[in-house]
Amino acid sequence: MRNLSEARLTSIWRIIVCVAGGLLSLVQMASAQPLTDSDTEQVRRGEYLARAGNCMGCHTTRGGEPYAGGRKLNTPFGQFVTPNITPDKETGIGSWSGEDFWQALHYGKSKDGRNLYPAFPYTEYTKVTRPDADAIFAYLRSLPPIAQTNPPHKINPPYDNQALLYLWRKWYFNEGVYQPDKSKSDEWNRGNYLVQGLGHCNACHTPRNVWGASQDDQLTGGKIMGSYWYAPSLISPLEAGVSEWPVEDIVELLSTGINSHAVTSGSMATIVRQSLQYLSDYDIRSIAVYLQSLGEKKGDAKAPRKARKMPEQVRQYLALGQEVYEKHCQDCHGQSGEGIPKIYPPLAGNRNVTMSPPLNTIRNVLYGGYPPATAGNPRPHGMPPYQHFIRDTEIAQVVSYIRNAWGNRGSLVSPEDVDNSRGSEF
Amino acid sequence: MKFFAFIFLAMISGLASAAEPSSSGLSDTLEERVKPCIICHRDADRIDRDAYFPRIAGKPAGYLFNQLRNFRDGRRYYQPMAILLENMSDEYMREIAEYFAAQPYAYLEPVVPALTPDEIKSVETLMYSGDPERDLPACSACHGEKLMGVQPTIPGLLGLPHAYLAAQFGGWRNGGIMRGQIPDCMSEIAKKLTQEEVNALVQWLPGLPVSGQSTGADALTPELAQRCRTILSGKEVTR
Ligand code: HEC
Ligand code: HEC
Ligand code: HEC
Ligand code: HEC
Ligand code: HEC
Repeated sequence: MRNLSEARLTSIWRIIVCVAGGLLSLVQMASAQPLTDSDTEQVRRGEYLARAGNCMGCHTTRGGEPYAGGRKLNTPFGQFVTPNITPDKETGIGSWSGEDFWQALHYGKSKDGRNLYPAFPYTEYTKVTRPDADAIFAYLRSLPPIAQTNPPHKINPPYDNQALLYLWRKWYFNEGVYQPDKSKSDEWNRGNYLVQGLGHCNACHTPRNVWGASQDDQLTGGKIMGSYWYAPSLISPLEAGVSEWPVEDIVELLSTGINSHAVTSGSMATIVRQSLQYLSDYDIRSIAVYLQSLGEKKGDAKAPRKARKMPEQVRQYLALGQEVYEKHCQDCHGQSGEGIPKIYPPLAGNRNVTMSPPLNTIRNVLYGGYPPATAGNPRPHGMPPYQHFIRDTEIAQVVSYIRNAWGNRGSLVSPEDVDNSRGSEF
Repeated sequence: MKFFAFIFLAMISGLASAAEPSSSGLSDTLEERVKPCIICHRDADRIDRDAYFPRIAGKPAGYLFNQLRNFRDGRRYYQPMAILLENMSDEYMREIAEYFAAQPYAYLEPVVPALTPDEIKSVETLMYSGDPERDLPACSACHGEKLMGVQPTIPGLLGLPHAYLAAQFGGWRNGGIMRGQIPDCMSEIAKKLTQEEVNALVQWLPGLPVSGQSTGADALTPELAQRCRTILSGKEVTR
């Protein structure tokens, strides 16, 4: 809260500056700006950075008070409940110092010294710079304190063991602020910082995918956070690698949720709504530039299997799928799977459809969905949920069909695959 | 079929005017946008008496909007709708609510309830007179004389399937998260009814033909409006 005299001070400053013009600018620089101005500037910057890190997405329950925590994250390791990070003294982080906050974000340690679980993606936030962390803290401190005590985690043994967590940290956790690569452009470095750091894309798109390293990902983010959806590789052109897309297309997908040939769905749609749509043009472009540089080219990837002649049985199976398609899907996705750009995604030549795990495609059909409502696409068209309208056998048939029609190639899907793809956080 | 022709046209024109999809006649209606809803909340002419899915066409817009927010924000529980609404904005949901509020509804053949004359009499008393001894206002005092709802936040009671009505009363009476953690006037009323009364009225209501309009906003007495204030005020919720 700025008080009157400070506000007046600011405007007096402005008048002096106006009257005396450039001559006074040196003086102005020497004598620090009134505190509140740089404070609000820092808070505003912190608000923006908190958006980029999507702190609110995890630290708020559905329909609950922002940042008061209580959201349940169901993972194979158990259920994590996000803590209250409003400045309430008793139930939030109201008694924390800037240093305590830095310890949490950078080292993954709570105020009492306890090691935090990597369900809190400090494994990526560790790359965030101190001034950015301080700005986020200043923003959190400016929020209204909410007194809300959240239930404890319910972690399955043996993961509830702090000693195990200690070992895991020793093994996998690389603490350290992002170091710019001087040989690359500012844009690229900014994009790298956002993707690998604050944007914590790796928390879902596992390190294995992003770095191509084949780590044993026991406790890494991919499994923790993407437990219902498969977060595709950001490197492989057969999955979500975008090395062959124009930067504009990447920007459009990430900031509006849809472009002419792709659409975000499931947990990625939520990330676009909660976070990416609010990023500045420069930042989203930087992310696109970085992602583009990350991907393998098509040529590098394994050559797609040579299309063999289809056995008669397979042909019959797919023909059944085609019937389902014509009855339920064709109206929107078109006779040849061409869709309607930016309204109904094309299924022909769509990597999300042909990608090796069929999980997401099955889920699209079971649960339907709307792409995120964003400033760039405020009234999206939607896809109906078929879970109560088409039997699993038919869903298996139609998914097999769209994975192999119009030049697409993908493995066949069974009714068991369909059943194994169920589950949601609702 | 008609629709398919539409798409086809849209695609041809789409080809002609490359990458200019917004100009295709198909895309810019709300009707097209709410197709995912229609799969359950049928077209007026295909409405299904036995389905669990409630009629939403012609209900007051404010009421529909409140329910959409409830589903999205976890205050009313139904998984398929929670998933569909997860990434929608308030503005878009309001527009969708207004669309359905303005839709004509189907006039269903009422189903004659299997109730004794005594049961019918006691339901009618509840409906139109209430029971002052239990501090139960008449249902019609809030839901309108014709039970067709009161603008903008109180729904009509006609044209709803029996199974759906029974489930709503079950939800209110057992508490649970259905329709809000905060107790509201309707859950308070539902808890005061006996199970026999509930059984009778969820059979009786589908016996009435849907007709008439919802009543204007000023139809609620101040006392009743006070009882439902959390709903009527449309409490703003942050996300
Ligand atoms: C993917 C979900 C997720 C995101 C995104 C996330 N957090 Fe958290 N956060 C958690 C979980 C879960 C914990 C609890 C970890 C534990 O108890 O071991 C936590 C713990 C914390 C703590 C420690 C609180 C305490 O009492 O020890 C702080 C501080 C914190 N988060 C701040 C942030 C900030 C700031 C951001 C954004 C830059 C953020 N979080 C983003 C899930 C998340
Ligand atoms: C909460 C988990 C999660 C986080 C965090 C996340 N993603 Fe995703 N992402 C997914 C899932 C799941 C998919 C697959 C669904 C889809 O295609 O939209 C996906 C898909 C994508 C795609 C391909 C979209 C398409 O349709 O071709 C891109 C590109 C992408 N993510 C980039 C990012 C970037 C950049 C970040 C960080 C700023 C990020 N993701 C953070 C889960 C996540
Ligand atoms: C009313 C129009 C409509 C109908 C009918 C429809 N879809 Fe969709 N479909 C969409 C929309 C809109 C999306 C984007 C949804 C999203 O982002 O969540 C979509 C997304 C998809 C996706 C994901 C594409 C991607 O890039 O991630 C698949 C796969 C899919 N639909 C398959 C089908 C199948 C199979 C059927 C029939 C059983 C069908 N659709 C029926 C409108 C429709
Ligand atoms: C899979 C089927 C299904 C789909 C798809 C669906 N609904 Fe529903 N809807 C239901 C059911 C079932 C209920 C009742 C839930 C309950 O028990 O409370 C309901 C309830 C509602 C209600 C509350 C009605 C009342 O009288 O209280 C509204 C409003 C509504 N739906 C709107 C929509 C909209 C808008 C969409 C599309 C975005 C949609 N629904 C999609 C099945 C569906
Ligand atoms: C004090 C005013 C009031 C009275 C009296 C009242 N209701 Fe309600 N009723 C409401 C309100 C407000 C709602 C909307 C609740 C919401 O938004 O979730 C509602 C909702 C309903 C619904 C849900 C309709 C739907 O589409 O889901 C039913 C059914 C219902 N009432 C039945 C009754 C019956 C039967 C009685 C008489 C025994 C009654 N009500 C008396 C205020 C009242």
